[in-house]
Amino acid sequence: MTEAIKLTGLSKSFPVGKRLFGPPKAMVHAVEPLDLTVKIGETLGIVGESGCGKSTLAKMLVGLLPPTTGQIEIEGAVLDNADPAIFGKRIQYVFQDPISSLNPRKTIRQIMEVPLRRLHNLDKTARAARIREIFAAVNLREEFLDRYPHEFSGGQAQRIGIARALAAEARILILDEPVSALDVSVQAQVLNLLADLKKEFGLTYLFISHDLAVVEAVSDRVAVLYFGAIVEVGAARDIFANPRHPYTALLAQSAPEVGRPIAAPETAETELPDPMSPPLGCAFNERCAFASDRCRREKPALAADGSGRDFACFNPLAASQEDG
Amino acid sequence: MMAFLKLLARNRLALAGLIVIGMVVVLALITPLLPLADPDVTDTPNRFKPPFSEGAILGTDHLGRDLLSRLMWGTRLSLAMGLAAAIIAATIGSAIGIIAGYYGGRTDNIIMRGVDMLMAFPYILLALAIVAALGPGLMNALIAVAAVNVPFFARNIRGITVGIAHKEFVDAARLAGMRDREIIVAEVLPNVLPVIVIAMSTTVGWMILETAGLSFLGLGSQPPQADLGSMLGEARSALITNPHTSIVPGAMILIIVMAINLLGDGVRDALDPRLKSGALSRPMPATTVDRQGAVPAAKTESLLDIAGLRTEFRVRDRLYKAVSGVDLHVEKGECLGIIGESGSGKSVTALSVMGLVASPPGVITGGAVHFDGKEIIGAPYEVLRSLRGRRVAYIFQDPLATLHPLYKVGDQLIEAIQSHDSVSSADARSRAIGLLKSVRIPNAESRIESYPYEMSGGMRQRVGIAMALANNPDVIIADEPTTALDVTVQAQILSVLSDLRRERGLAIIFITHDFGVVGQLCDRVAVMYAGQIVEEGPTAAVLRNPQHPYTSRLIDCVPTLGGGQRKLSAIPGLPPVVDNLPVGCAFAERCDKAHADCRAGPVELVKTEEARKTRCLFPEVVSERSA
Repeated sequence: MTEAIKLTGLSKSFPVGKRLFGPPKAMVHAVEPLDLTVKIGETLGIVGESGCGKSTLAKMLVGLLPPTTGQIEIEGAVLDNADPAIFGKRIQYVFQDPISSLNPRKTIRQIMEVPLRRLHNLDKTARAARIREIFAAVNLREEFLDRYPHEFSGGQAQRIGIARALAAEARILILDEPVSALDVSVQAQVLNLLADLKKEFGLTYLFISHDLAVVEAVSDRVAVLYFGAIVEVGAARDIFANPRHPYTALLAQSAPEVGRPIAAPETAETELPDPMSPPLGCAFNERCAFASDRCRREKPALAADGSGRDFACFNPLAASQEDG
Repeated sequence: MMAFLKLLARNRLALAGLIVIGMVVVLALITPLLPLADPDVTDTPNRFKPPFSEGAILGTDHLGRDLLSRLMWGTRLSLAMGLAAAIIAATIGSAIGIIAGYYGGRTDNIIMRGVDMLMAFPYILLALAIVAALGPGLMNALIAVAAVNVPFFARNIRGITVGIAHKEFVDAARLAGMRDREIIVAEVLPNVLPVIVIAMSTTVGWMILETAGLSFLGLGSQPPQADLGSMLGEARSALITNPHTSIVPGAMILIIVMAINLLGDGVRDALDPRLKSGALSRPMPATTVDRQGAVPAAKTESLLDIAGLRTEFRVRDRLYKAVSGVDLHVEKGECLGIIGESGSGKSVTALSVMGLVASPPGVITGGAVHFDGKEIIGAPYEVLRSLRGRRVAYIFQDPLATLHPLYKVGDQLIEAIQSHDSVSSADARSRAIGLLKSVRIPNAESRIESYPYEMSGGMRQRVGIAMALANNPDVIIADEPTTALDVTVQAQILSVLSDLRRERGLAIIFITHDFGVVGQLCDRVAVMYAGQIVEEGPTAAVLRNPQHPYTSRLIDCVPTLGGGQRKLSAIPGLPPVVDNLPVGCAFAERCDKAHADCRAGPVELVKTEEARKTRCLFPEVVSERSA
């Protein structure tokens, strides 16, 4: 078994305009059926703009949202529709907003003890020892344990969030925008801590972010999500340098970069499609310079190109020379 | 707890209420110990004795019973009834509210519709119906009053619970293996408890009134037992001939309910988190100015010149020096970037320019801002008002928060135009359409009829920019205008701003934490740390050869695209808190080049090259980075 996470046909739809009886007026597909695997010890980055379904996907992976269709396999065990408590021992979640993920009326010790008591039935002395161990691992002082969440800065609170996730002893962590609420100087501290922890405990990460540069810096592979579907997956080191899907290229060009002149990368007309009336064919066709008639009729499927890159496009950008 | 009492004591009326109700409660508690006449012994020969008669200070009632004694025992009973009803109603109502709010969906729908049905009846009618069904008596009156008040608690608590049930810490508890029941008890309840207490403190007086009302009608306490309502009811027939029998219990009800309500309002204000920060009142229209020392002259001839600006926040006994001595200037057609981390004072600097820092607690304590040669710090409000929006306009981070949700964007634009320019509505409308076109909003003619919620984040921010442009300002101050946006949308907004600057000769002050954005848009950049500018100069030069160690290390922290997987450099430690700044360099604690001299005293911002300034005793040497 080398797969930490294996998703098969996983999708999520939300009903819109619920009625008391009978079916809802419409369904919005937040995540289209998708297949994805994360290897043990790997960091898979997931990038996409707001509304692309990346948080919905993450919440399904830890059991906070039941999937509409499909199957979730975690470390070889099928876990779709299981209780979050069962997910909890195998896979944990680090939240975007470190402060609001900590109950303001509990001390850090109380927060840290819950997973140890609930998931592992440790007694009091064992819990205290384990908390000491974890706090040492995330460079937090033990005197913090008797304080309340509002006394901490964002960076410290995020370390506490990571410590809580580690306490469950899950080997897979879902990191949902773990540094986007932090200042840059603190962001690097937390990213480095995550890298160290991964090495120390042999963790597998699913790293969700909208910041391409951050994702590229921490990931082995990157999946690009657009409108609820994966449009491209490839090695982090070259997916943004040599994008095959036009959307990946658009993202890479939009990232602000010192020294590059400002140019609107597309015309102002273009926006995300309306989820209530999704376009026929490729969801990106209205924003795409290479869209052909086929793109407007048929939905391209994610397919491998033989060099370790998967993309869903009929008219992909040319692979660069050194990429072969 | 002490802080809570202190906050409560600041409200004089609440304090008075607390003292009065405290006295009443103490008297009620010690009533059995006092040498009082038996409240229920009739003595008809001595009926209707006036107050201050011998043996009966407050007189006697129609059966000759001692009014003082009856009043004391009656108050005891009424207080106990009111409190019991409040506790019962709060417990049942909150339980219903928490369950409905936590589970949501169909559970919520069924429970809340039931509660709505209860609320559809006038409460007194409902209470009467319940007593009529159960029969008169103290317990039944108690049940009726409690039942009538359950919906109030259920609705209030449900609303709060819905908000809490979707917080991330509830998800986290679920992942830590907690079941729904445990989450409700351990995670949700502690967070709604303050609201329950507030709701109780404001309703307990009301419940005392209601039980008194039922007793007054003869449905509550039964003779000869006294409570305040039944005393009033029995005295009713003698209201004209012997008014004192009514006045005595009536005055007590008035005192109790007034005191409880004053106290309840005080408790609510003291527990309200918004008031804890010291912002007790609405902010003033312009920031308070309390300048010590001379007003500095403008340092340059620029369009906007900030000299020695100091802005502080005075929160109770703390003093937060958000901005301590900032000099900045921006020319016509120039884009100045201010970069810094949260808490570095960049936003406060920008807001101080037009006196937009909330006061209290904000105070401008020094420096000057010259706009077009005129000093505007401490200028009369009318002068500031005529400049705001017309000459100096702002763009904020979250357009959803700055646009009014209930008005169409077009109407808001027209209002912005007409507030400075007396033009007809038709002219203003065509100008509004022109503005929307200038920020490249497609179909401006139809988009003008949209409400903010109908637009995407990028479109809303364009409206925010259009609004800033409404009166052809000379300076636009943009405070993190693209931080909340996706990268593709950010690129579009930056290109709009960049074009506008070129076309209209706008001066832009662009506040951000993103070096990439500064690098693409700004001519000059100022780096702020702990309320001071630590480095300033042409963008390209500062980004290529940063001289201040903070700038240089901050740039290293930011990953850039194309670097591949790697370890990032970080700055250890945290920025200092601005209520406790060190004497010397604020960055010394985190700087690997710090020297004893750095901590000894303030470090000046000195000119290091043409157009460049750095606040460092040991600036970085160029060759260190160019390698």
